[in-house]
Amino acid sequence: MLSYTLRRLAIAVPTLFIIVTAAFFLMRAAPGGPFDAEADLEPEVLANIRAAYELDLPPVEQYRNFLGRAFRGDFGPSLVYKDFSVTELIAIGLPVSITLGLAAKLLALLLGGLAGIVAALRQNTLVDHTVMAVAMTGIALPAFVTAPVLALIFGLWLQWLPVAGWNDGALANLVLPVVALALPQVAVIARLMRGGMLEVLRSNFVRTARSRGLRERTIVWRHVLPSAVVPLVGYLGPALAAVMTGSLVVEVIFNLPGVGRYFVQGALNRDYPLVMGIVIIYASFILLFNLLADLVYALLDPRVRKGLES
Amino acid sequence: MTATAGSASLWRKAGRRFARNRAAMASVVVLALITLASIIVPITWHFGIEDASWESILTPPSLADGHWFGTDANGRDLFVRTLYGGRISLAIGVLTTIVALAIGVTWGAVAGFTGGRVDGLMMRFVDVLYSLPLIFFIIILVTVFGRNIFLVFVGIGAVEWLTMSRIVRGQTLSVKTREFVDAAVAIGVSRGAILARHVVPNVLGPVIVYVTLLIPTNIIVESYLSFLGLGVQEPLTSWGLLISQGAGQLEQAPWLLAFPAAFLAVTMFCFNFIGDGLRDALDPRDR
Repeated sequence: MLSYTLRRLAIAVPTLFIIVTAAFFLMRAAPGGPFDAEADLEPEVLANIRAAYELDLPPVEQYRNFLGRAFRGDFGPSLVYKDFSVTELIAIGLPVSITLGLAAKLLALLLGGLAGIVAALRQNTLVDHTVMAVAMTGIALPAFVTAPVLALIFGLWLQWLPVAGWNDGALANLVLPVVALALPQVAVIARLMRGGMLEVLRSNFVRTARSRGLRERTIVWRHVLPSAVVPLVGYLGPALAAVMTGSLVVEVIFNLPGVGRYFVQGALNRDYPLVMGIVIIYASFILLFNLLADLVYALLDPRVRKGLES
Repeated sequence: MTATAGSASLWRKAGRRFARNRAAMASVVVLALITLASIIVPITWHFGIEDASWESILTPPSLADGHWFGTDANGRDLFVRTLYGGRISLAIGVLTTIVALAIGVTWGAVAGFTGGRVDGLMMRFVDVLYSLPLIFFIIILVTVFGRNIFLVFVGIGAVEWLTMSRIVRGQTLSVKTREFVDAAVAIGVSRGAILARHVVPNVLGPVIVYVTLLIPTNIIVESYLSFLGLGVQEPLTSWGLLISQGAGQLEQAPWLLAFPAAFLAVTMFCFNFIGDGLRDALDPRDR
């Protein structure tokens, strides 16, 4: 197990390094500088600004300084949000994005898991078909369609919930974004759960359990569920890693101060330091979650575990 | 030669199975109608996609005044814009899939057929890219090069071939051990010819199924990017861009969101039904 973890780390760390390096040099090679928009600057002023942002140094030296500071968590000043450093912006955005992402994931697991189990136990009945039809709709309707519609119905017409805004993470402000974010995932999870359940329900050891006269509830809880969730865990790893990037659209629609919104704004404004900082943070999280998911997968599935030990 | 004859009848059987699948056949018809309309209507309709009119700003849908789907904030006809957007969305979906198909099939077939260390290296590369979300590449590309529809192609093309290459590699590995490949090697057929004549035709089934699922995925990705302002830009339009504009004026003019979203959703349903139908038809063991 330990050697497996170390081996995965030995892949993850260089990957992060390569991503950061590639992104850095791509952005330095970009046509046009970030200050092109501010027309008619005196050459001396422009030179001073460039010096302040170290744009006058040779690229390799810029890169070395950048890496050194980034390692200490300092990503430099944002080029657009003038009074903030990138680190400050990320510190504001990260709790928002993580709260949203985790809440949505939990909701999706609960609803999707339940729907999948019910559908599988009542296979080919009306219940099953309804659940699967709803799931199909959930997959066909992306968050950028459901979110505005939810805001219209519950925010503007019924006035039950705020239309947008964060309001320091008040529960009422969280409901709509979390639901909008969770809906497509509910659909995917329900399908996976149903598939996993059906496969296990047909297997020999379940037939044996039935022949021993165990109660159906015991069979489902003790024997079917633990095996049926394995494909779900395989999906959850990358999905957990996508917790933050997933909330991008929802943050933009509901005007929430998350990392995702800064990421999009950074791209639209060509705010290099901001985008670089977020790339590093995102990439680290993604690699970390993927690593964790692999480990959990190995722990859960004895076949994978055996393969590792030999 | 027998392999070819055998696979021909296999395809015919699969075609017959597919034709019996009502949901899939209906989807083919609906999809064909949407595609035809999005090609023909923008050419022949009595409003152009950029015909703005001050007299009819944000008018609701009505058959009487000729604006079947209503008009937008500039008084432009939504019917023709929705279908024109469909043209762009469908084109991007299909073209990016072709890019992914070309890269993925080549990469996977070469890796699987060569095997050994080359295979290991190539698939490790896929693993690394796989761990990063698409939006990453797009955001970096947009930050570097500014907004440009071309970047959508590059970004999607750079990422969506990964799954394809995995599928093709897996299939290639299993085809490689079959007797007819041994026979081809024995009579001195070159590696390239074996790849093209024996391996690729035999991995076609799963690839076709995946393609019908990749097109709607790419359409959604394009819509998602256009919605965020990173994809298609005015005066061009796409379903994603229309939905984004509609979402901003949902209270005054709900039709601006409803029609493009409905077209997008129906298209998604159709592709998914066709994909499911093809999978059942090509792999009867699954059901």
